[in-house]
Amino acid sequence: MKEKKYNLWAIFWATLALLYFFVPLYGTFDFSLRMEKGRLSFLAYQSVLSDPNFLASFRYSAIMGIITVIISVLIFLPTIYWMYLRLPQARPIVEIITILPFIIPVIVYVFGLIRTFSGPPFQLTVTPFKTDILITAGYVMVSMPYMYRAIDIGMRSIDVRTLTEAAQSLGSNWIQILANVIVPNLRIAILSGALICFATVIGELILGDFLVRPALGPYMVEAGRDQAYQPAAMAMLAWGLTWICLGLLQYFSRGRASAQQLTGR
Amino acid sequence: MAEIVAKINPTKAVNRSEALAPLWNWVGVLPFFIFIFVFLILPSTNLFVGAFQDRNGNFTLANVSVILDPYVLKSYSISLQISVITSVLGGVMGFFVAYAITIGKAPAWMRTILMSFSGLAANFGGVPLAFAFIATLGHTGFLTAILRNICFPAAGGSQTCPFDIYQAGFNLYSVTGLTLAYLYFQFPLMVLTITPALVGLKREWQEASENLGGSSAQYWWNVALPILWPSILGSAILLFASAFGAYATAQALTGGSIYLVTILIGQQIRGDVLNNPNEGYALALGMVVIMAVCIVGYSILQRRTVRWLKS
Repeated sequence: MKEKKYNLWAIFWATLALLYFFVPLYGTFDFSLRMEKGRLSFLAYQSVLSDPNFLASFRYSAIMGIITVIISVLIFLPTIYWMYLRLPQARPIVEIITILPFIIPVIVYVFGLIRTFSGPPFQLTVTPFKTDILITAGYVMVSMPYMYRAIDIGMRSIDVRTLTEAAQSLGSNWIQILANVIVPNLRIAILSGALICFATVIGELILGDFLVRPALGPYMVEAGRDQAYQPAAMAMLAWGLTWICLGLLQYFSRGRASAQQLTGR
Repeated sequence: MAEIVAKINPTKAVNRSEALAPLWNWVGVLPFFIFIFVFLILPSTNLFVGAFQDRNGNFTLANVSVILDPYVLKSYSISLQISVITSVLGGVMGFFVAYAITIGKAPAWMRTILMSFSGLAANFGGVPLAFAFIATLGHTGFLTAILRNICFPAAGGSQTCPFDIYQAGFNLYSVTGLTLAYLYFQFPLMVLTITPALVGLKREWQEASENLGGSSAQYWWNVALPILWPSILGSAILLFASAFGAYATAQALTGGSIYLVTILIGQQIRGDVLNNPNEGYALALGMVVIMAVCIVGYSILQRRTVRWLKS
């Protein structure tokens, strides 16, 4: 059987895909350089990065991202550990619960949050601090499928029972077992979960917008309304950030390829 | 007393403590369930209960009639339209790109770039995606400007510029524009989800088909596609769901002038545009029902695929 050197049909689709990837990418880059009339410059980037509102909203979202990561790990890690150790029968239930955020779109979810927590008995929308508690819970929920899956995959690859028994026979208590035995074995899983979680919070629009907190998403929509070149620069920055996050993710989880979704749409 | 009972009937006591132990184990996952209950189950059920209440809190099915509201009908039809079109187009394109990467033997450098860019683009959504398309295909966008300046001299000394897309009726801030933007993450998502299935196609199957005198078309039609269809359909459903639930790109691109269901829900949250909060909850419930059907369908099909890929 003679084999053709190149399959033209394959090359056609590959080329089409490459064009679809690169034309908007290059177009955005080119556009972002044209803020100054007549010459190419990084003025739009300077303008974005020196805007105090951008910096403030970026800082808010980044801090929220870190808090969300910490709370997610504190909730999911002990739960999944305990489940593997003592309660394997809970896994199907917990698994279904953790994909619920895929079924309930964020816009519907925030609707429910507002209906539930904007009045008594659990009013959480009156002060910025209380709203921050609510929004953090929301971020934890929205990123739960990714965080749960990351830790679950990690936990599956270690022998929880043997490690626990070994630690117990050496006299460790539960906190010591988790902190000194389980967590070091799950470093990579926790790290990749944390990256996805952080990226989700940074890119999240709906929670910040409808709970009226100064997050990055609402700032960008606002900026897109009355600026021309800065949004293009922000798109390039977001592109770079996604690239870094995915690169780190791939670097940390070499060999464990899985389709991951980062941003909230 | 208890000691005596235990002595008389020791098996019963053992049984009781064994029955209690698993119950005690559930305490370990209690914090998780409390958190889920307060911040996921409570808000969701609260919303869905509202969908079946009238203004005074009495049970009613009347809110379901919100679907007959012209705005709601329009929003559902536009959302469904965009989701179906982008999942079909994205599905077809993604399938062939995945084919090019795996079986099609595209040049190695193309495969590497396509694979890593699929991961990247599938995750590039939200507001920045809208910005990228405005910069590329907006009124003064990069590609718009290039196309506009391709002109030819026409009869009578004037010029004709056949690629002036806005002159030709194109508008980025429309359903067409939104479709183009969604495809940017839809077809890479298809590439990511369908590639494992294509890799799972065994070379022996094709060889067997060839040995029996089957043509390439016959192999695809009679062997490969019957194996692949659950994963193709499953991936398409996933694409549909990802477009159906999307909000940020549409909001940033069109400022809410395209009536998607998600946009309408957003407006309902802000200002009760339906003039009846309970109808708003019914609207939201409708979305969840559609999403639930999608995810359940996807996981059933996924299970069928796994069966093939493992064997």
